[in-house]
Amino acid sequence: MTSSILEIKNVSFSYGPIKALDHISFEVKKGEIVALLGANGAGKTTMLNNISGLLKPASGQIYFKNEEITKLEAEKIVEKRLILVPEHRQVFSTLSVIDNLYLGAFHHFKKTGKKEVDQDIEKIFDLFPILKERKEQLGGTLSGGQQQMLAIARAIMAKPELLLLDEPSLGLAPLIVKEVLEYVKKLRDDFGVTVLLIEQNVSASLKIADRGYVMSHGSIIKQGSSINLLDDPEIKEAFLGHTVS
Amino acid sequence: MNDSIQFLISGLTIGSIYAIVALGFVTIYSVTKVINLAQGEFVMLGGMTMFSLIKLGIPYFIAFLLTVVIVMAIGWLVEWAVIRKAKGADPLSLIILTIGTAIFIRGIAGMVWGKNSVKVEPFTNDVPINILGASITPQSVWVMVFMLLVVLVLYFLIEKTMLGKAFRACSVNPTAARLMAISPKKMSSLSFALSAGLGAIAGLVIAPIMFPSYDMGIMLGIKGFSASILGGLGSAPGAVIGGLLLGVIESLGAGYISSGIKDAISFGVVLMILLIRPFGLLGEKNVGKGGL
Ligand SMILES: Nc1ncnc2c1ncn2[C@@H]1O[C@H](COP(=O)(O)OP(=O)(O)O)[C@@H](O)[C@H]1O
Ligand SMILES: [Mg+2]
Repeated sequence: MTSSILEIKNVSFSYGPIKALDHISFEVKKGEIVALLGANGAGKTTMLNNISGLLKPASGQIYFKNEEITKLEAEKIVEKRLILVPEHRQVFSTLSVIDNLYLGAFHHFKKTGKKEVDQDIEKIFDLFPILKERKEQLGGTLSGGQQQMLAIARAIMAKPELLLLDEPSLGLAPLIVKEVLEYVKKLRDDFGVTVLLIEQNVSASLKIADRGYVMSHGSIIKQGSSINLLDDPEIKEAFLGHTVS
Repeated sequence: MNDSIQFLISGLTIGSIYAIVALGFVTIYSVTKVINLAQGEFVMLGGMTMFSLIKLGIPYFIAFLLTVVIVMAIGWLVEWAVIRKAKGADPLSLIILTIGTAIFIRGIAGMVWGKNSVKVEPFTNDVPINILGASITPQSVWVMVFMLLVVLVLYFLIEKTMLGKAFRACSVNPTAARLMAISPKKMSSLSFALSAGLGAIAGLVIAPIMFPSYDMGIMLGIKGFSASILGGLGSAPGAVIGGLLLGVIESLGAGYISSGIKDAISFGVVLMILLIRPFGLLGEKNVGKGGL
């Protein structure tokens, strides 16, 4: 039995009068890839933003590595190695690709030292050769898929123990979606990073995930292993009929 | 011919000051999107603090460094007391708050130093140098040297250091910056301190030429602001070009037309350029995005 790295307990959140999260509880265990699924507007992004500290829950607790982080500032949560790759990638568009990567290492740059950070960047370049080719180019001039690689690469530079990915495949061509998700799996398999992944592309994400939770209107309505969820008739009905994969 | 070289040199001298002040505007604007209309007061504080420290018998060089540190601390304090406390206010309200801050600082300065101009000794001797028939005071040379130094140091800081990258990251995407552990609040404080430091340097180097007084910040602030708009708000190279250009136009206008209406001439030219290029000389891509 592996211990849980992330524990969400009864978290609620509202945007003014709009209740976006309603007593959500779930957990992610060390070394897992967990998919958080659900239709547009279900509250997935709101959930990840609460975990990463960009938003503060109205009630409930969030534990990371058995330490409560509910009230910590986003900047401090990063230092604990919980890293969010936000929706729409959010690369620094007017900075070069390599500067984007350096900034990923911002929180440990002094401790790690430039030499080792440079070595880490070389490792990233081995993983994503396209970024090496484009390293002097401005982030905003990359294609959507390349920006997604950069956003993930920048997050890896932060040395995450838990990586939160908010719809990495949004707006990408199916072939590139597959590629991005393969990178995610590689991160877990080769680097031991635990991953909590949001996807609308249910079948593609459940193929790499160990388990999944399904959200609807701010609540978790279903959970289970990927195999069980893929076989679930309700999920087939609700999602799989509509997705390309 | 000699005249025009003379005018050019005095234009570049005052233009260098405008350039440094304009860089102060750009520094704060790019991180916080606030136009700090108290920027001119930092220049005044630089000149006046230097005067007081020298009067206290503190050696020139130490007084110089101390002045920069003191004014930087005041800049940091302004951010903490005004901008930070009003967090969430829209940029326009914040800009108006900076006007209030400027009036407040000027009022205090008027009480501390009185209403008269003071005299600060030049950095080195006062014997003019002859260049191509024009005479140039050593302090003018210092002003230009300091402008170049400021540009070089700022360039190195922003482009080559991790702090500078963090600064630019906050400027382009504060939320993503937070997700990299970069605190926009800290960068906002830093931008005010840095900008106040720039103002102090401008005030220090111009003090021996200008005879500073408690209200010198108004005109220098407006000129520096015009320079940054002329160059394209948010663009550092634009600020430098805008500053030098404004200084030269003003000096040529004063020399060849009338010194009584030199400000009217220089502002007129700025307005004309802005009518043709509303985003300023180098501003096109930078306005709103915040360049540096
Ligand atoms: N900034 C916001 N202000 C107000 N309502 C919001 C905001 N962001 C999201 N919402 C609402 O909260 C709900 C959940 O949104 P979100 O977390 O983005 O869902 P998902 O990521 O699952 O598509 C939706 O009803 C959405 O309209
Ligand atoms: Mg979303």
